Amino acid sequence: MTKPEGELTWKDIDIGAIVTEPGNASQYRTGDWRSERPIFDSKKCIKCGICYIFCPEGCVEQKAEGYFDADLFYCKGCGICARECWTGAITMVAEEE
Amino acid sequence: MAKKVGIEVSLAVAEAAKLANADVVAAYPITPQTHIVEHLAELVANGELDAAYIPVESEHSAMSACLGSSAVGARTFTATAGQGLELMHEVLYVASAMRLPVVMAVANRALSSPLSVWGDQSDVMAVRDTGWIQLFVENGQETVDNVLCAFRMGEDPRVLLPVMVHLDGFYLSHVIEAVLFPEQSQVDKFLPPFKYPLPLHPDKPLTMGAFAMPVLYSEVKKAQEVNLEAAKEVILECWGEFGKLFGRNYSPVERYRSDDARVLLLTLGGFSETAMTAVDRMQEEGREVGLVRLRLWRPFPFAELRQAVKNAEVLIVLDRAISFGGPGGPVCSEVRSALYGEEKRPKVIGFVGGLGGRDITPAGFEEIVNKGIEIAQKGSDKEFEIYGVRE
Repeated sequence: MTKPEGELTWKDIDIGAIVTEPGNASQYRTGDWRSERPIFDSKKCIKCGICYIFCPEGCVEQKAEGYFDADLFYCKGCGICARECWTGAITMVAEEE
Repeated sequence: MAKKVGIEVSLAVAEAAKLANADVVAAYPITPQTHIVEHLAELVANGELDAAYIPVESEHSAMSACLGSSAVGARTFTATAGQGLELMHEVLYVASAMRLPVVMAVANRALSSPLSVWGDQSDVMAVRDTGWIQLFVENGQETVDNVLCAFRMGEDPRVLLPVMVHLDGFYLSHVIEAVLFPEQSQVDKFLPPFKYPLPLHPDKPLTMGAFAMPVLYSEVKKAQEVNLEAAKEVILECWGEFGKLFGRNYSPVERYRSDDARVLLLTLGGFSETAMTAVDRMQEEGREVGLVRLRLWRPFPFAELRQAVKNAEVLIVLDRAISFGGPGGPVCSEVRSALYGEEKRPKVIGFVGGLGGRDITPAGFEEIVNKGIEIAQKGSDKEFEIYGVRE
């Protein structure tokens, strides 16, 4: 699909809405399901990577200095990382807007 | 030369699928469709039809297997009836929305409860909105012809939609009739090999039946609706081509001695032939009563119906299904709706009859016509009448 989904008209739909381009689920912003976002505190983080292992969306990444952060394009705000973190370095805060 | 044989219509349906060279048959037996799939199993087992026959554990699985085989580009046939059609229900929507041209013969049957294996059109009407092309046939020859046409219509690259061919359970499925089978070479000329434009293949991965968010679902459904409406042109073209090759002509709304008739009966399926006998008798008595039959049920033939009934004063519709708590039978309801905007239109009077295998004789059709005329003149406090019910 060349256009973003929201601009496709019914005439742009492929036969049977068949998806001919593999892997295009990566273009889908699951981040807008989120009502809370994880805030990572590098002062408490011990770089163990438990948040990375438990994230069901696979959206937690290790950054250059070894600390972790979530990709908010995909993060659904489930809070599993915050619950599993040994040191309480992750806090869930409400999305205000 | 085409060959005329005396054959049970169910077996003739299987022979038609063989003539069409079906690649895959996935089916579950259910009365009164059983002989169709039994004979197909025989044809495959005997090596007369080179196809994969998939015996499944239910109709839900039968239709699901049909989707898979159609999706790889195999010509796919199945058959069912009554409860079996209802068990397929959710998968029927998937076949049409994914544009998979499965062909299915439906030996129309009543729905439980109480259990009834006999014929009516309750099963058809419950799958009205599944997005399939739906045709009604009235005798053995029409059944064979329209099974062949169904493959050509459905598989046309402009259409790519599944097709149901509705034949009456028992009244048609189990009778022995003289049927003219066309030559294989003629069928091959009429029905080119099936080429699905986007077949499933490991070399070119595709996702079929994927997820659609609210932002896209309406567009997909509009595309589907436009596609089914547009299929009518191809259906007409297909019947036209069939007529040229085989000399038998079909149209969306069939008319029988209806030109000068002030009163018209409207029927679907095999009961139409009995209604014709009734019309003959009434016209012999000098009565102006004719018959129109819907052959094409989906896409609904609005223009042809309006044209066929425009000069009539009374139109009496016989439904063989009840829409409980509703305005009468589903056919009557749609016919009324199709005519509502017309300046000149007949009074539409609804009857429900022939339920669960109850017969309607020619004399019965005369009674329906008489009662319908009376209601048209005097009015009624009921939305519809159930014909022949003991009060």
